[in-house]
Amino acid sequence: MSDTWAIEMERVNKWYGRFHVLKDASLKVAKGERIVICGPSGSGKSTLIRCINHLEEHQSGRILVEGHELTSNLRAIDEVRREVGMVFQQFNLFPHLTVLENCTLAQIWVRKRPKAEAEKTALELLERVRIVEQAKKYPGQLSGGQQQRVAIARALAMDPKIMLFDEPTSALDPEMIGEVLEVMVELAEEGMTMLVVTHEMGFARKVADRVVFMDYGRIVEEAPPAEFFENPKHERTKQFLSQILVGH
Amino acid sequence: MSDASLQREPPDRPWSALAVEWLREHLFSSWTNILLTILSIAFIAAVVPPALDWAVFSAVWSGETREACLGEGKGACWPYIAGRGGQLIYGFYDAVERWRVDIVYVVGAIGIAWLMIPRLPGKLWVGLAMVFAFPLLVYVLLSGGLFGLPIVPSSKWGGLLLTLIISLTGIVVSLPLGILLALGRQSELPVIRWLSIGFIEFVRGVPLIMILFMASNLMPLFLPSGWNPDKLLRALVAISLFSSAYMAEIVRGGLAAIPKGQREAAAALGLGYWRTTLLITMPQALKISLPSIVSSCISLFKDTSLISIMGFFDFLQVIKAGNSDPAWSTPNTAFTGYLFAALVYFAFCFGMSRYSAYLERTVGGGKVGTGKA
Repeated sequence: MSDTWAIEMERVNKWYGRFHVLKDASLKVAKGERIVICGPSGSGKSTLIRCINHLEEHQSGRILVEGHELTSNLRAIDEVRREVGMVFQQFNLFPHLTVLENCTLAQIWVRKRPKAEAEKTALELLERVRIVEQAKKYPGQLSGGQQQRVAIARALAMDPKIMLFDEPTSALDPEMIGEVLEVMVELAEEGMTMLVVTHEMGFARKVADRVVFMDYGRIVEEAPPAEFFENPKHERTKQFLSQILVGH
Repeated sequence: MSDASLQREPPDRPWSALAVEWLREHLFSSWTNILLTILSIAFIAAVVPPALDWAVFSAVWSGETREACLGEGKGACWPYIAGRGGQLIYGFYDAVERWRVDIVYVVGAIGIAWLMIPRLPGKLWVGLAMVFAFPLLVYVLLSGGLFGLPIVPSSKWGGLLLTLIISLTGIVVSLPLGILLALGRQSELPVIRWLSIGFIEFVRGVPLIMILFMASNLMPLFLPSGWNPDKLLRALVAISLFSSAYMAEIVRGGLAAIPKGQREAAAALGLGYWRTTLLITMPQALKISLPSIVSSCISLFKDTSLISIMGFFDFLQVIKAGNSDPAWSTPNTAFTGYLFAALVYFAFCFGMSRYSAYLERTVGGGKVGTGKA
């Protein structure tokens, strides 16, 4: 039943030169499901979600997004990118455009919406991430937390069915992490399909349907958060959790 | 209370005390500094007063002929510039047809001013008109042959007119061409990439004067007989191609400074190659490379004087010709001519440089070229 799955990954493999980054990674994500992916750095978790919108190309296996198979065909890639929004660790806002223009550009040029409609959508989303009063400013004039909220609004403006978050809070000062997580929690509560690479275990506990643990390019363990945190099965998962939960 | 303690300079100190403090800090802070200050003052004292005296105070400002400039202790001969002003501005353009050049000057000046003054509306249309319609107008008006205008061959164009035509054409053609070459150099299509690299490296490896020489003397040998493009056209093509190779490398540098995340964010939003380039990377790359682009325009403006080897009388060449005019032969004629040429070149180049500094401060608002702000 492919129409219940937002994402299906089957035995996906990827190499950087001779380095095997993804090893037979298989993952199915149901529509509306929230997945948190964690693991030590270099474990392939960012690469995994970057394969979903083809920022990285997988070399074997299959990836289906909303039923569209990702091939190196440009049209297939466009089809998939239209359904998938992405938020990056470094925000990657366009510094030469205002906050509002950041959120309307792709609506106008990709979705072909009239400018007025695009601006209306953008302002509603900026309102939702509580930053609408900064709409006329440039990204460089905002704090990191504010920029990341704009980046979320920019992705949402394309009406994606799936949102990918690649360590969205890792580049933020500690006092700004809360405001970004808050927006993400709201988004989760509205039923968005989300894949979040993060070390914020509080966020995982609160919103995740499943937590996926990766190590050395493999998906080692996946479980609902309660089970994952209280009763991890693999030795490697226990070790990772004991390291990351110190001080929590 | 806290306000007062934050203030570094108590406001009631006399300005003379501040001046002394400034001098001590900046000019007399150490022995080497003191030595350099004294040497500099001595140099300025030795050079500036005589130069000013020659160019301004003892200079001859009025008169009709060279006799006015003859005599002991006289400086620069400015009536010479006024007397030959027509040729400096119009070259050897037929005197009765000079109104055509005037129209070109006026329309060009209005168009450029319109584009440079921020408050004026309709920049896009004026810009398009200046790039596409204006050159046509210049060509038709200056060459003649249409609408009953007598033909004036390009060999008669000269002076400031020629210098401006060549440098503006070079600037306007080389920027878009340079952008395309820069993109071509990074293209994934090998043929385009190798052609771009080959062109850029060849042109950068050859002196401009040799390219001009080839355009003027060698090209007619290669072209089919009977097809002999106008010499000015050949000069324009040579200068534009030369400049575009440099422009390409400048733009490539700008593109290389754009963080990878910008392209990824654009890709994730579904923007393809051309839209990403047009909307995201190129505007940022151009902003980063603006100072270098203007430097290149300034070099181009000065390099136009090299077209004299093709037999053209550009601004500098007309001055040179005037310097040996027997009607104005005085001991100070040549110096006056060259000083005037230097002032004119300086005025244009300094203007470009100031305008670029202004653009750097204002264009695009946001700081560009940092992955995270």
